[in-house]
Amino acid sequence: MHGKALPYLLLMPATLFLCIFFLYPFALVAFEAFTRDGAFTLDNFRTMAGSWKFPVTVRNTLLLAAVVVPIQLVMALLMASVVSRLETGRSAALYIFAIPLGISDLAAGLIWLAIFEQSGFLNTLLSNLGVIDRPIMFLGYQGKLTIFIAVALAEIWRATAIMMVILVAGMGLIPREYYEAAEVFGASPWERFVRITLPLLRPSLQTAIILRVILAFEVFAVVAALGGTNLPVLMGETYNWQFALQDRNVAAAMALLILAISIGFTLFFLRVLRVPQEARI
Amino acid sequence: MTGADMSTVAAEAPGAATVDARKAGDWLLVATVILLCVWVLLPIYLLIVNALSSPEEVTAFPKRFFPSFDVGSLSFFINFAGVAKALWNSVLVATLTMILSIGFGAPAGYALSRFDFRGKGTFRFLVLMTRAFPLPLLALPLAVMFIRTGLDDTAIGLALVHTTLALPFAVLITFSLFSGIPVELEEAAWTLGCTRLQAFRKVILPLALPGIAASAVFAFTISWNEVFAAAVLTIENRTLTAFLLQSLGESPLYLKFAGGAALVVPALIFIFAVRKYLFSMWGIANR
Repeated sequence: MHGKALPYLLLMPATLFLCIFFLYPFALVAFEAFTRDGAFTLDNFRTMAGSWKFPVTVRNTLLLAAVVVPIQLVMALLMASVVSRLETGRSAALYIFAIPLGISDLAAGLIWLAIFEQSGFLNTLLSNLGVIDRPIMFLGYQGKLTIFIAVALAEIWRATAIMMVILVAGMGLIPREYYEAAEVFGASPWERFVRITLPLLRPSLQTAIILRVILAFEVFAVVAALGGTNLPVLMGETYNWQFALQDRNVAAAMALLILAISIGFTLFFLRVLRVPQEARI
Repeated sequence: MTGADMSTVAAEAPGAATVDARKAGDWLLVATVILLCVWVLLPIYLLIVNALSSPEEVTAFPKRFFPSFDVGSLSFFINFAGVAKALWNSVLVATLTMILSIGFGAPAGYALSRFDFRGKGTFRFLVLMTRAFPLPLLALPLAVMFIRTGLDDTAIGLALVHTTLALPFAVLITFSLFSGIPVELEEAAWTLGCTRLQAFRKVILPLALPGIAASAVFAFTISWNEVFAAAVLTIENRTLTAFLLQSLGESPLYLKFAGGAALVVPALIFIFAVRKYLFSMWGIANR
């Protein structure tokens, strides 16, 4: 169990597990995407792309990710930074910031439904302020923009904590001495953040961004709770093909598309935020 | 909010900064923290207000911003058959998922951070690819496999599927974590006579434990949050999310909000239980 065998031994449980519970069902899904009644075909992809809903579905999903993830990154960095600078109440603030970490996306959708539904708190607030006479239907089929905003807010609210915890863990590993040295040489807090925290936080940033981007393409329950079918997203449409339209093959094709997009972005961030071995702390 | 933080930071420049500027910076810092706390807590509060109001109040307009502490909505929800069992199933599955994903994931994360070996890139790619695939569809072929092996409609069966989701996170997070711990510390321990295992246990593990706890929270959360696979793979032993999804489809608002609160409250307790690890994870208290 020396030298060369050890890494393989450590990797074995995870590898075996993934072979049985990922590669095998994945192969089945890939097989279904490229076949129909046992024969090879690309028809499933044609049917998928030919649907009138398809372009708007792709657009919604990408747009949602493009809006949500950068805001979350900034907010997660902000949360991690302010928590590390607090002198009292650190643990309380950290706990509160981390709360959404444990909240189901279904529950997050319901939480924001309480705010945006017609007899909800936003309408009540607007009516109390005298802005509106009667409640607005934010989540109706005519309110595409408000549904988008509601979903984006719910996603930002729910999933920023995931990035925050990873970044906070990463910041804790940066040696204090670096900051002390920088302070001695007169670096401002902003300079310390840009010159020390950000570069040394790169492995954590990479992990956080990749996790979050991939999850952003899988947005489903929040949309289901808030928008229903009014804001089609990729996962929702996959579900639709599977259950409403009873077409496993097209659903599998759509799943492969989500996979391709996710892998594309993962490779992109692995490359852009690469951490050379010698540059690690 | 970033702007606020930047000026907080700028206001505290040493040397040049006057005491007044520093004070203003402190106020900004406190204001930012309070604002962020309100952002997190207010939506939950509003859900709780709904859950603690009578069904009539929930659908009324305009609404009150304070609960009437009427348990009408909640008792309606709790008296719904199977709610308690569903809650138990959720906890069981999530705990199993947590144990499985850390047990399999942490050794892999350690191996990736410390060794260069053939197949490393392939493994990392496999892990990321797993994560990139939408799990819901993987649950469908697995349902067939589970019926054949007798794992269908069991907590461990669902936990295995949830582990597929959580394991890559556990590997990536622990990899990032171990990468951040200097290999020299370990080497120093070896020089001083520790075996590889001793060095890991006495030097690396204490440093990594808080982060491992964080990724355990993460694994639990993933399982707790998961709706689709749970709905596909369980019939009698439904988890709370699957139960809610299936019974709330056409349900009234007050039932939805009571169910939402039932999902949120255990989550609050769980995060509260591991808050110490979340705190020490960031490690400043120890320096």
